[in-house]
Amino acid sequence: MNLWRKLACALLAIVLCASAAANWLAPEGYARQDREAISVPPSRAHWLGTDELGRDRFARVLYGTRISLLLAPAAALLSTIMAALIGGLAGYLGGAWARMAMAVTDLFLSLPWLFLLITARALMPLNVSPLFSVIVTFLLLGLLGWTTAARILCASAGSLRTADFVRQARAAGVRGQRLFWIHVMPNLKPVLYAQFWISIPVFILSEANLGILGLGVAEPMPSWGSLLKELEGLVSVGEEPWKFVPLALLILVVMSFQFLLSNQEEVAA
Amino acid sequence: MLVAALGVASFVGQAAAQTGGELRFCLRMEPKTFDPLKVEDEASAAIRYLTGGTLVRVNRQSQELEPELALAWKVSKDGRQISFRLRSGVSFSDGTPFSAEDVAYTMQQLMDPALHSPTGDAFRSGAGSVETKVISPTQISITFPAPVAGLDRLFDQVAILSQHSPKKELAVLGPFMLGEYKPGASVLLKRNPNYWKADEQGHKLPYLDSIHLDIQTNRDVEMLRFKRGELDLINSLDSEYFDKLAATSPQLVHDAGPSLDSEQLWFNEVAKSPIPAYKTIWFRSASFRRAISEAINREDLSRVVFHGHAQPAVGPFSPANKFWFNSKLKPQVYDSNAALKALQSDGFRLENGTLKDKDGNAVVFSIITNAGSKTRERMAVLIQDDLQKIGIHVNVVTLDFPSLIERMTQTFDYEAIILGLTNVDLDPNGEMNVWLSSAENHQWNPQQKTPETAWEAEIDRLMRAQASSTDPKKRKEAFDRVQEIVVEQEPFIFLINKNSLSAVSTTVHNAVPVILSPQTFWNAERLTVAAK
Repeated sequence: MNLWRKLACALLAIVLCASAAANWLAPEGYARQDREAISVPPSRAHWLGTDELGRDRFARVLYGTRISLLLAPAAALLSTIMAALIGGLAGYLGGAWARMAMAVTDLFLSLPWLFLLITARALMPLNVSPLFSVIVTFLLLGLLGWTTAARILCASAGSLRTADFVRQARAAGVRGQRLFWIHVMPNLKPVLYAQFWISIPVFILSEANLGILGLGVAEPMPSWGSLLKELEGLVSVGEEPWKFVPLALLILVVMSFQFLLSNQEEVAA
Repeated sequence: MLVAALGVASFVGQAAAQTGGELRFCLRMEPKTFDPLKVEDEASAAIRYLTGGTLVRVNRQSQELEPELALAWKVSKDGRQISFRLRSGVSFSDGTPFSAEDVAYTMQQLMDPALHSPTGDAFRSGAGSVETKVISPTQISITFPAPVAGLDRLFDQVAILSQHSPKKELAVLGPFMLGEYKPGASVLLKRNPNYWKADEQGHKLPYLDSIHLDIQTNRDVEMLRFKRGELDLINSLDSEYFDKLAATSPQLVHDAGPSLDSEQLWFNEVAKSPIPAYKTIWFRSASFRRAISEAINREDLSRVVFHGHAQPAVGPFSPANKFWFNSKLKPQVYDSNAALKALQSDGFRLENGTLKDKDGNAVVFSIITNAGSKTRERMAVLIQDDLQKIGIHVNVVTLDFPSLIERMTQTFDYEAIILGLTNVDLDPNGEMNVWLSSAENHQWNPQQKTPETAWEAEIDRLMRAQASSTDPKKRKEAFDRVQEIVVEQEPFIFLINKNSLSAVSTTVHNAVPVILSPQTFWNAERLTVAAK
């Protein structure tokens, strides 16, 4: 294991352990309001300062990490699997199947999903727990986020269909599902991984933006997305650089995962 | 009441007349219309104010009514008729002469039911049509089917249209006229070369060549541009930005004190709403509402959310409304223990930290507000925390504005809402469509066929009484009692009155920020901008 991989492992371990130990590291929780300490800078009492309602930012980062690290990758996995099945299969089968799948994908892309999301919010009861609300949000993101990846995977799988090694396998009598799962799909892994990793930060930010429709994490529960929204206050960020911590964390975590897995592929190769 | 004057607005620190220059500031949204009779949004109202010529104008500083295109006016004793004597020799921006016929034309358009003019709604006092009688080119009388309280002040919102100009609503009588409109980007207003007004030294007004209004919804960008000197003023400044700007450039910011605006929370009291029946019972109980009100820490709302640039609200009118505010009313004192006791005496009980009603239903409800309003979101979270202390669990939900309005006005599928009231009119007549139980904007339970409670029936009676009286003292007595009832019954739980905060560059002269809208450019015709 090289040094960078070790660092990546260590970072991920620290982040995951810290979020799991949030109850001990930040026993006062993410919702407690210290109304006498509004927007204070980092101090011994508040390691990352407090937000506009006097809530400890360090606690909110820890608890928010749980939500985002658990649900954003889950949503990304869902969308990647759907993209793989729809796009990958369509590309592998080719012909009318590919055309039909891409037509459905194009139709999916052209639909005004904003209205679906508004409808989803309208159908959801107003009195749902913040956890239920965020699970529904990430589920919707996962179900809606497969289309772009599907098109890429369709093209990739289509080109693999005529690759030499696939012809060789076919000549050796490999057919159907076996040909797809054993020979084609593994070669789509780089594309799948890339789509998966791209999706995670996209979904984290999308969750924050869905708050405008009443979806997303409900107050007072934090998420990386809701914490990143603090960066919208362009006037104050220059004076409060600690607000960048969730962004730095997001970048480091995503890079660490990417680094771990890209190194694994090099070893396998 | 006979008023005859050639008075002009007085203000502090008038500079010597300087001509030229362009004032730049932002509109927070796209203007929906340039027709002054159809205005109902803030951006369109700003353009109407700058371009429209009115017969009279409420001086935003003194709050007194002053002559404009009308030299004098008289309101009949029964409050049904108003007569104007108009200035002569005035032209619209395209040169078309102004006369009483234009006033008659404007009133006819305004009161046309097909137009659905929001401005016209304030004049609708009863069934029947409005009659206009042109006595001479400079004299007109307008007769209404029923008395209209505060009739003369309502004309502050009526921009006179030309009956004869081919340019229709683009021919204006105000200090500026529309120069260019780039949808989504900006509105340019140019000096009206035919504007009738001059200053005391005889210099023609306005002093400015033009006003450039950028359409900018992002307040952060607006603030950055102001700090860089690309904008000359910010008409309404958030408290957070006020403090940051005050820390580095205190000479740029202005706190004019409590505004007329309020923020309030109310519960859904509509009987046919789809919310559970047991919740409707809670919300329709005045003692429940009073307890909730008592459990909310308004001082913290003012201090934490508005950084001290707000005051706990007392009732429907802000103390800034000097004449109409009922000064006997006091803000609700925060006392969560007393609130809990009041609820317990109503049959609620606290079980393992959760408040339950007498049937065992946990007191859980949602508060919705419009997404994007940081102050309302924060107020909702503070209230969530306050009510948690007495065992009430609140879910805060932010919705896009159209969805929120739909729930509030059509489906009634909500439990509690936090929204605000922006008051542009000092006169309570401007809120008839809120306080009458049959009105559309009687938010907690609108459009009642007959008043469902005795106190709403009493408010109906008092509002109609003040609307049909021309005696200010009797009107004040009636509206004082309305304010008392509202504070007793708490259909709106008034939370805070925001201060009027603004920012004005030092390059702008003659600016006097006030609390009445538009706070910083109410005297736009006398503003000057020094060369940068």
